[in-house]
Amino acid sequence: MAKKGVPLSEMATSDTHGEDSPYFVGWKVYDENPYDAASNPSGVIQMGLAENQVSFDLLEDYLEQHPQEFGWGCGVSSFRENALFQDYHGLKTFTRAVALFMEQIRGGRTQFDPQHIVLTAGATAANELLTFILADPGDGLLIPTPYYPGFDRDLRWRTGVNIIPVHCNSSNGFQITLRALEDACAGAESMKVRVKGLLLTNPSNPLGTTITRPVLEEILDFVAHKDIHLISDEIYSGSVFSSDEFVSMTEIVESRGHQERERVHIVYSLSKDLGLPGYRVGTIYSYNNEVVTTARRMSSFTLVSSQTQKMLASLLSDKEFTENYLRTNRERLKKRYEFVVEGLSNAGIRCLQGNAGLFCWMNLGELLEEPTVEGELSLWNLMLHEAKLNISPGSSCHCLEAGWFRVCFANMSQQTLEVALMRMKDFTEKMKAKQMISSL
Amino acid sequence: MSPTPSKKSADAAAAAATATQARSSATGLGGGGGGAGMRLIVPLQGVVQGRGGLVLGTLIPCALFYFLQFYLRRNRSPPPTSPQPPAANGPDLPGIVRSSSRNFLSARGSSGHAAVSSRAASIARSGDSPYFVGTKKCSEDPYHPVDNPDGVIQLGLAENRLSLDLIGDWLARNVTDTLLDERQGGLSISGLATYQPFDGLVELKMAVAEFMGQVMQGSVSFDPSQIIMTAGATPAIEILSFCLADAGNAFLVPSPYYPGYDRNIRWRAGIELIPVPCRSTDNFGLSIPALERAYNQAKMRGVKVRAVLFSNPSNPVGNLLHRETLRDLLDFVTEKGIHVIADEVFAGSTHGTEDFVSMAEVLNTDEFDRSRVHIVYGLSKDLSVPGFRIGLIYSFNEHVIAAASKLARFSSVSVPTQHLLISMLNDTKFITQYIKTNRERLRVMYALLVNGLKQLGVESVKSSGGFYCWTDMSKFMKSYSEKGELELWKEMLNVAKIHLTPGTACHCIEPGWFRLCFTTLTEKDVPVVLERIKRVVDNH
Repeated sequence: MAKKGVPLSEMATSDTHGEDSPYFVGWKVYDENPYDAASNPSGVIQMGLAENQVSFDLLEDYLEQHPQEFGWGCGVSSFRENALFQDYHGLKTFTRAVALFMEQIRGGRTQFDPQHIVLTAGATAANELLTFILADPGDGLLIPTPYYPGFDRDLRWRTGVNIIPVHCNSSNGFQITLRALEDACAGAESMKVRVKGLLLTNPSNPLGTTITRPVLEEILDFVAHKDIHLISDEIYSGSVFSSDEFVSMTEIVESRGHQERERVHIVYSLSKDLGLPGYRVGTIYSYNNEVVTTARRMSSFTLVSSQTQKMLASLLSDKEFTENYLRTNRERLKKRYEFVVEGLSNAGIRCLQGNAGLFCWMNLGELLEEPTVEGELSLWNLMLHEAKLNISPGSSCHCLEAGWFRVCFANMSQQTLEVALMRMKDFTEKMKAKQMISSL
Repeated sequence: MSPTPSKKSADAAAAAATATQARSSATGLGGGGGGAGMRLIVPLQGVVQGRGGLVLGTLIPCALFYFLQFYLRRNRSPPPTSPQPPAANGPDLPGIVRSSSRNFLSARGSSGHAAVSSRAASIARSGDSPYFVGTKKCSEDPYHPVDNPDGVIQLGLAENRLSLDLIGDWLARNVTDTLLDERQGGLSISGLATYQPFDGLVELKMAVAEFMGQVMQGSVSFDPSQIIMTAGATPAIEILSFCLADAGNAFLVPSPYYPGYDRNIRWRAGIELIPVPCRSTDNFGLSIPALERAYNQAKMRGVKVRAVLFSNPSNPVGNLLHRETLRDLLDFVTEKGIHVIADEVFAGSTHGTEDFVSMAEVLNTDEFDRSRVHIVYGLSKDLSVPGFRIGLIYSFNEHVIAAASKLARFSSVSVPTQHLLISMLNDTKFITQYIKTNRERLRVMYALLVNGLKQLGVESVKSSGGFYCWTDMSKFMKSYSEKGELELWKEMLNVAKIHLTPGTACHCIEPGWFRLCFTTLTEKDVPVVLERIKRVVDNH
């Protein structure tokens, strides 16, 4: 960016915000020409946004039945204290409700102490905060690939911390292996970068899979051996299709009698599971008192609105509601997923076997002109401009194998999804025909 | 908890060890867990504020200090995981710990392994500062006129309770219509479902721009497209800092200044704050020659000054800057090729006879390069809703706007709260009435307290804005020094059972000044406060 007039900081003028990558470019194209069934049926369908809209009706019903809760519960007089409340410990009723909700998601298998919950304005802020706390500029954070493209910006931009990719591949369903972890560490060492932690996303974005217990155990052993921290970003934990298939890192910690817990930190948010990204409610859960204290103080830069806390406290504490919500949401996501996989299969497209999340990880390798990043991006571009579908290319997620794409399915209506799958089918048929012709 | 180093050695080793320049000379952390992974950060910049450059003579005591602490640390057991100090208003004021005593950074984790970063460690230690002690006493033994008349009275919190009833009434009248109105988006889920811009809804920016114009009495209008909304003014200042300067650079800040700047700007952005003393003889007004001196001294030290940051109305003094001073300031920053940040969060909370002049107004009428001007504002002070987290950056620089709008993702305003405020702010009749009534109540309370103090022999600086008065209690100190001031502060807390903010916390170079906030009091509380102060006054 050209520097005009009074100079700005390096940070302001760098492009670490990463918004020039295809992941974000696609969004812009969508914004300029968004699909609408009635008014713009040939517009771009957004399949690059991992948002959950499948269970809104449940929230709307709750609001209708409990209008008081959304209007300051016990009345307007409590507004005064609420409006002044900027204590970074958070509203007691709210932190308790969040703890309860997180316990419910894990089927009551682990306990969360509300005093160890630190609230932040979204998981984006939570991840950045933990990075500031656990690492200094120039240090490294190990992250298994493929990973959420936003991490490049969220974890590096202001913190000055490096991301060390831990490369996973399709040979074992992209599972994290000890070998991959060791290789990544060795690489960091050779670059003289000190590794301070490992950040996992479980369930994984973009894979849409949960990490198995044995792998989680191995990972905890690894971080203990290396004496580094472990951040487990579990923001999709409530979106696992079968509740018994999710194992939280907290369960591993508890099963070991809380050994190694000082290095484990969980990130959660209401944006995905509850479909409330606009509310900006994220949380850090840490067993480490020093991290909790520091995170709390640092959360001054990213507090959750007291009004929002009050509003959601009763909703999240309502066990009947949350149980029903979680169960119904899981079922609906599972149905969507199966519908998408079938639709893609009809189009001759294979997907990674997924069991969680708001997206699936599909392989279009066969359609690439060349098995490279360029080939992948050129296919992505075609899909965006010809099929008018915005999907996320694996290279944005740092996947080393070309041809993988993440496709979101929960941020649109069933009808729109059907249209999207039809476009996908048409597109792949056209591409295959082209390939056949050019090979003659 | 670690002992704070003695002031002498602390001065010698005084540091503004910034994030990028800090390097750790750690014993290895990898392999064989449970090791005493200790990291010590060597202060690299000898900054003895205002007294000259990187003096070679500080290096030797610095090294000795380093080795002494290294030795002491190794032979001490790890600190226990003690209960955290309560922070009823943590985000407001940080510790009184002076920068020079915060120089020693050790990143040893509480369990001896998997240490945290040096950034984290530096703040973990400020928990037992005088400020926290005071706040703790307030929350443990809070004053209540009926239930606890001997409790500690909190006068250290710049929070406005005087006009909350007005807002409460508005809500009572409008809550069902506003909040549940599907057509307005209100709180209906579908309105909140879609992807929202991180830097705030357009409707909110428009409503806030309108509000700002009103608050500044119609002398200038604000453009919504220059607004970046943030979760409070605290992140607004930090985001601006990240945009305008690199770690290791500095801002000039007329002092006394709001203690929160120290944490908000130094901590993660790694920017040094250079206090530029204002004097009681000038009524604590901004002095361009003092700025010039500070700028040159920084230059001699090899420190790059990137901006001047000032608050107007001033916190903690409460005075307003005159138009001519603002112009002189603009001349100064233009000549030096630097930015200016005007923190105008109390703009609507003026209670005196003077008119508030915003930096924006001066730009309107004069020919200045606007790209160097940035304003911080928010609704926490003027609309009494600090809990809702609504702040903003108002910049005239398109590159800053571009960068800040992306950075707002880390500190976004909650959407339901945005909708609530859109409704409230668009009720212009209510807003006009609110601003007027609030000002009147501030005026009454300010006068009550200041006149009462005067009768006790405590003089206040004439101020026109803010929630506090800036008082001179130096004659009651045992010694005219920082030590004397802190002793007096303790006496106020323990004998008079009042929590005030001492000038040292605000980097005031003249000892004996205290900030007293009056906006959490009712009229009936004022005599009680005065009687308490009299206890201490009479002792001297």
